[in-house]
Amino acid sequence: MNKSVSQTKDIDWWFGMALSLLMGVAALLLLLIIVFLTNEAWPVLQGGSWAQFFNADGWYPLENKLGLLPMLWATLAVSFGALILALPLGLGSAIFIEYYAPKFIGKPFSSVVTLLAGIPSVVFGLWGLTKLVPLINNIHPPGASLLAAVLVLALMILPTITLTSRSALSSLPSHLLQNSAALALSKKSMIIGVLIPSALRGIIGGVLLALVRAVGETMAVLMVAGNVVQTPTGLFDPVRVLTANIALEMAYATDNHRAALFASGLLLMILVFCVAWIASRLSSGETNGYD
Amino acid sequence: MSKGLVTGNAYTLGSIEQGEPCCEAVSHFSIRDLAVSYQQETVLSNVSLEVYKGCITALIGPSGCGKSSFLSALNRLSDMVPGAKVSGDIIFEGENIFDTSVDVRTLRTKIGMIFQKPNPFPLSIRKNLELPLKEHGVRNKSEIESKIFDVLHSVGLWNEVKDRLHCSALSLSGGQQQRLCIARALILEPSVLLMDEPCSALDPISSGIVEEMIQRLAGRYTIIIVTHNLAQARRIANYAAFFWMTERVGKLIEFGQCRPLFESPQHSLTAAYVSGEKG
Amino acid sequence: MIDRCFTFIIWLTAGIVFLAFGWLISEVVVQGVGKLSWSFLTDEPARSGREGGIYPIIVSTLLILGTALVIVIPLGLGSAIWLAEFTKKSSKRVQSTRLILDVLAGVPSIVFGLFGYAFFCGFLDLGFSILSGGLTLACMMLPILIRTTEAGLTAVPNDWRRAGAALGVSRTTLLWQVLLPYASPAITAGLLLSIGRATAETAALIFTSGYVDRMPESLNDSGRALAVHIYDLSMNVVGGDKAAYGSALVLIIMVVIINLSANALSEFWLEKKINRLQ
Repeated sequence: MNKSVSQTKDIDWWFGMALSLLMGVAALLLLLIIVFLTNEAWPVLQGGSWAQFFNADGWYPLENKLGLLPMLWATLAVSFGALILALPLGLGSAIFIEYYAPKFIGKPFSSVVTLLAGIPSVVFGLWGLTKLVPLINNIHPPGASLLAAVLVLALMILPTITLTSRSALSSLPSHLLQNSAALALSKKSMIIGVLIPSALRGIIGGVLLALVRAVGETMAVLMVAGNVVQTPTGLFDPVRVLTANIALEMAYATDNHRAALFASGLLLMILVFCVAWIASRLSSGETNGYD
Repeated sequence: MSKGLVTGNAYTLGSIEQGEPCCEAVSHFSIRDLAVSYQQETVLSNVSLEVYKGCITALIGPSGCGKSSFLSALNRLSDMVPGAKVSGDIIFEGENIFDTSVDVRTLRTKIGMIFQKPNPFPLSIRKNLELPLKEHGVRNKSEIESKIFDVLHSVGLWNEVKDRLHCSALSLSGGQQQRLCIARALILEPSVLLMDEPCSALDPISSGIVEEMIQRLAGRYTIIIVTHNLAQARRIANYAAFFWMTERVGKLIEFGQCRPLFESPQHSLTAAYVSGEKG
Repeated sequence: MIDRCFTFIIWLTAGIVFLAFGWLISEVVVQGVGKLSWSFLTDEPARSGREGGIYPIIVSTLLILGTALVIVIPLGLGSAIWLAEFTKKSSKRVQSTRLILDVLAGVPSIVFGLFGYAFFCGFLDLGFSILSGGLTLACMMLPILIRTTEAGLTAVPNDWRRAGAALGVSRTTLLWQVLLPYASPAITAGLLLSIGRATAETAALIFTSGYVDRMPESLNDSGRALAVHIYDLSMNVVGGDKAAYGSALVLIIMVVIINLSANALSEFWLEKKINRLQ
């Protein structure tokens, strides 16, 4: 016998109804994105023909060769390259702000980092294109290369890593600090041995967030990477990533070519989904406190 | 109302003062076979008791034995808790409050509730009192003014706040906030006040003031109060109900007039609890 | 000794980060400030943007943002309020809604651009227009806004909901009178953050609002957003660097102002919460 339901249609009922309508429209719109992308990509997905993305030798849309692999490798190389560079710098800055910086440096430093997180990607691209690429060109032409993309992207995701690591570190209980100080640990051993491991989940979460941003970044990479479709073999090779490919070819693509671009959009979504899933697994593990 | 006033500190045992005896026991609430469960897990079962008009009924017992669940079933606030199910009957002023014809919001205007932690809205003192009035259709300015004056007087807050009604209610001290919450409940002219450990979050002095005020309110209102403070229950209550947990389910062990329940308990568990051996 | 080294490395890291960003910012400021003038803000672009100003581009940017906000504010706030106040957290429908939101919050902006190009420009036949661009941006902002607003509302103490219910106050009244005013700084901060992201957006707009740098006459005209302008000047216009830096400076100033106010509001809200705890 359930007696906890009130059937009167009062103001709450009507207001809740109106809100759920809005939510319905929003959810439909968002669902539509997924459905529509799949629908547009369908010509190249149906009947197992999606396998060509991974079999075809290269991306020659006019000859109907739609191999995405070189660009997928380029995407991964650029993203992980940027991450490898940004992780020590970002984490180091977080440690700097939390434990080393005198107050009059730490506070402005962290607010500058916060503001940098909002700098438009096209500005990073502009800077990379006009300053960094000529510089790399002096060392090893052509300049627009995997390296340039890695450097620019590393700078872009650095604030994300710094800010999330910092908030993970600053939310550690203060007794940790006192305990390890009481054990007469040096500052270095304290940070590396105690504080970083305790904040590891938060830091990894931030790293994954940065990875999502790196995989999805379009403009900055497009502007500095050179955009030649090839599997990267060296730091100075020009490369084209998946996102840039969409931006470059969308305007004139037709038929299967167009469908393949939508399919690569789906592929990006799946990549992001995987990372987000890992992140959510990590954060749900956080609540039960085991392992 | 109360003869020997209990002064100051709530932690010292005062004289056993019951206020006016409830001579004519007129039932206000009849509770029959009440059971409460959360997510299929029963926390309270088989509670039947009468709450008498104008009296103070204290609910005592160790924490986790379902006193608060019982209290929030009385104004159907348990509806708000996800997964909560209440069964049994609660007859209030001749009507079963679980009937589908009962409008919950009207019911709750007749039954005021005070929580453990003072929870005034983050608005001005005046707005805190106006909000429930306006919600229930009182628009006349002078009527609102006179009601605000009345209730602030009843809780003894008028002189303390009359010059700063426009100030944030959160700027008041803990004890003042709790009295404002009581005033906010009184302004809807309920006949019953449910109090869930109203003094436990307050310092001893404020606690004493609030306790004294509760005694003054008895007679005009039927008061049901959950308390962990046995001395307090003894001082202010006319009736007491003792809850205990057996096999992880809360049960009503003993119910009766306050003094006999404390001085000559019928049940051995009650005896052990009020003497401090258990709990 | 090792400790010394570590300290040195940490300071070095911070130094590198500071220098790298210092280089970037000073480059934009130094190269851009020469372009910056009142006429730069109020003139039409000339010679593909190499000369003249960015007036129509600022207007287009604001129109695109405005369109997006008109759509996203009611949808986003309404949905967030519904999720936070009118649903049971455990219900299947709510959880699947949350999942969609989480996934879409991480979707690259170019994919939103792809969708906008195919759906708004193509399927709904709106063409390259400010309307298409605004709608696409709205889709992109929606998940972010819903999550921040919902977080703002769920952070409001439950005490007041119970107090309101115990007084027989409707949820609707309580929402308007107590919960929304209290959470408004957090909600506004979330809104500003998503506006900041939308202002910085390029990839989602290239194929939806288009490249046309003339003054738009209606929402059905194509309009070039500031970020797209910078992209075009640096990639497609030889000798457009100076103007690109000038526009970049304007864009950075806009975004910084938006984000600074968002931060100030969040801090204000945090203080409000802390004050309540005492």
